[in-house]
Amino acid sequence: MNKRFLMGNEAIGIGAIHAGVHLVTGYPGTPSTEILETVARENDGSIYVEWSVNEKAALEVAAGASYAGARTMVTMKQVGLNVAADPLMSLAYVGIKGGMVVVTADDPGPISSQTEQDTRHFAQFAKLPVFDPSSPEEAYLMIQDAFEYSEKYHTPVIFRPVTRVNHSCASVTMTEPAGQKKPEGFIKDSSKWVIFPKLSYQNHIKIEERNEAMKAELSSYRFNCIDLARNMTGNPDRAKIGIATGGASYAYVREVLSSYGEDIPSVLKIATAHPFPEQLALEFLSGLEKVIVVEELDPVIERELLTLCGKHHLAVEIHGKLTGDVKNAGENSVESVGISLAQMFGRVMPKTQLYQLPELPVRPPVLCAGCPHRVSFYAVKTAMKGRKAVFSGDIGCYTLGNAKPLDMVDTCLCMGADVTIAQGLHRIEPDAVNFSFIGDSTFFASGITGVVNAVYNKTDIVLIILDNATTAMTGHQPHPGTGKTMMGAVAEKISIEKTLLAVGVKSVVTADPLDLKSAAKAVREASGKTGVNAVIFKSPCIAVTAPSPVYRVLEDVCIGCKKCIRELGCPAMHMENNKAVIEPSLCYGCSVCAQVCPTKAIKGGA
Amino acid sequence: MSMNCLLCGVGGQGTVLASRLIAYAAMQKGMEVRTAETIGMAQRGGCVVSHVRTGEEIHSSLIPLGSADVIIAFEPAEAVRCLPYLKEGGFMIVNDKAIMPVTSSLDGSEYTAEKMLDFLKGKVFNLRIINGDEVCRTCGSPKALNIALLGAAAVTGVLELTVEEMKDAIRARVPEKYLEMNMKAFEACM
Repeated sequence: MNKRFLMGNEAIGIGAIHAGVHLVTGYPGTPSTEILETVARENDGSIYVEWSVNEKAALEVAAGASYAGARTMVTMKQVGLNVAADPLMSLAYVGIKGGMVVVTADDPGPISSQTEQDTRHFAQFAKLPVFDPSSPEEAYLMIQDAFEYSEKYHTPVIFRPVTRVNHSCASVTMTEPAGQKKPEGFIKDSSKWVIFPKLSYQNHIKIEERNEAMKAELSSYRFNCIDLARNMTGNPDRAKIGIATGGASYAYVREVLSSYGEDIPSVLKIATAHPFPEQLALEFLSGLEKVIVVEELDPVIERELLTLCGKHHLAVEIHGKLTGDVKNAGENSVESVGISLAQMFGRVMPKTQLYQLPELPVRPPVLCAGCPHRVSFYAVKTAMKGRKAVFSGDIGCYTLGNAKPLDMVDTCLCMGADVTIAQGLHRIEPDAVNFSFIGDSTFFASGITGVVNAVYNKTDIVLIILDNATTAMTGHQPHPGTGKTMMGAVAEKISIEKTLLAVGVKSVVTADPLDLKSAAKAVREASGKTGVNAVIFKSPCIAVTAPSPVYRVLEDVCIGCKKCIRELGCPAMHMENNKAVIEPSLCYGCSVCAQVCPTKAIKGGA
Repeated sequence: MSMNCLLCGVGGQGTVLASRLIAYAAMQKGMEVRTAETIGMAQRGGCVVSHVRTGEEIHSSLIPLGSADVIIAFEPAEAVRCLPYLKEGGFMIVNDKAIMPVTSSLDGSEYTAEKMLDFLKGKVFNLRIINGDEVCRTCGSPKALNIALLGAAAVTGVLELTVEEMKDAIRARVPEKYLEMNMKAFEACM
């Protein structure tokens, strides 16, 4: 047996390759990013792979290829599906030809996301099938099943792992690859591929019929199953309680039950919350008096079971998030599931040692030492001292500019919203200078339309582009400004400066943020004009460039004023015996602390 | 039979590579393996934790509280933070150098490594404190810390892997040009 040690995301990528995928598109977003990267890495050249400019573009490119009969996969994080919602909702009505799987990673916690939205809900809303793997091993097999179901029912399907599946590693047994089949090609048929109200009505009827048929078929799907109760005969009361679960929570349930000895209740595992496998669930409910539903994010399985009990007049109590028996926000854990189950089964929780821990430091994520964003924010802050200004931020590493001491992100909503939120704020408070901060990748993803809106509607905003030549937060993916593609080809770099000038931005100045004085000067000039004016701060991310020689503090010159620490908050600096100290293993030699120091106590560089 | 190893530290210290090496070595030995890692925004100087579980019948990739056979801590305060994961009688390997977060430098709430280590000394019987700075100086690279701590853990036998099995994993997974430095680091705390 061929086994490979794989991260869940790698298992999904390799599973798609083994299912014979022809085209993979996506937009980076934690925890989904490594799926597409895996396909690109393992690609023998037979698969077309691209980082698209955003999720909407990715989904549409894949839909086109599916129309032509190719198997396609699109990858994104849960909030990415909001961006791709427009094409997806319509595609659900139009349908596809080649199998199409939309992988949308959910992030309970949330660990690295803006929302705790549940993509299983989205699947119900879009009337699409959804697959929810509980482990990397299962993800590898289930993604292949997802392609089969998609093709069989001519519908895109959603595949929805959560962070603990995406970023867990396990030994995965490889199966024989199905291999690629040659796509049939696009066959023109305007009654099929052109969406019109009449077609939508007709297809709506078919979709409802299909979902009923799938409910029946999915009741015998291999990953929807009942783990039968064991040895509950000595305990007739507990024998009448069952557990329903799905996804990563299934692993927590099994982990907790492994400490229950021989006394194991029956467990219903739901891998397809939509269409819901009703027949299987009815079989599980038969003979039970109580069920506790353990799932993450929304009570999706719980509501399905409640509906089923109503529909069939079953006298089964359904406990879960809606009854307060399972936490209704955040990530589940072995401990939280253990408490929920212990209460339900009247068991005592195993004792763990309680410690009175000393006070521990708070350790929020911060901009790296040497990060050019820190200096860009600081330059704007210096330039705006004493003036009324509002700083709208966006999604990326630079969201971390909100932390003290910079405190330079007043708003952050979603990808691209910095440019447009700034416009709305300015309409109501025109006496403030409204700044909008956006990274290079985010600019291409969804910033451009906002800039056009500002120019067209004559708003006065200062646009700060933080161009670090990469998509840093998600692990350095190429984008249209980098001149590289995921097929390894060199592409023409799309110039942010020319783009801004082309849409009518009045002035565009490119500056090096590491030169603090001229950076602040560029900001002051841009903020003194009307209309849309832009400053592009161009300086590469420290992770994609070599460090400069490190800086050090001259102990006898440092007066311990703490200005460097108070103003910049660089993680390479701290105070020791009332003197500033630079940690050489963290310093990247950006020189900004030396530029800020009033006594010239910081030296270094070439 | 299963072995639970928790690695904790601050983003950027190399916990992910260390956890992957343990997992790889265990898998080469034919054991079942599960790991879970912190990837994404928290990596930027935040607390990071890697869970490695090997053996049979492992369901969750996260180690339950009070169940870690060993904790490999890259930073003293993070070691204290993760102490509730340690099993009674479990091992702890801890680097003695504090990494002060910016927030502590700003509000003057600095802590000392000594205070954290003293607390651990009172609670953990099988505690091994490593002078990380010295190890890195000896090996000639600040990047050697993770492999040095791994060596200290391997020599206790608690990983259920022999020293030779761990070395094979390093040879197989670490790029050639860093191999010599890492081998030196691995043996530095044995």
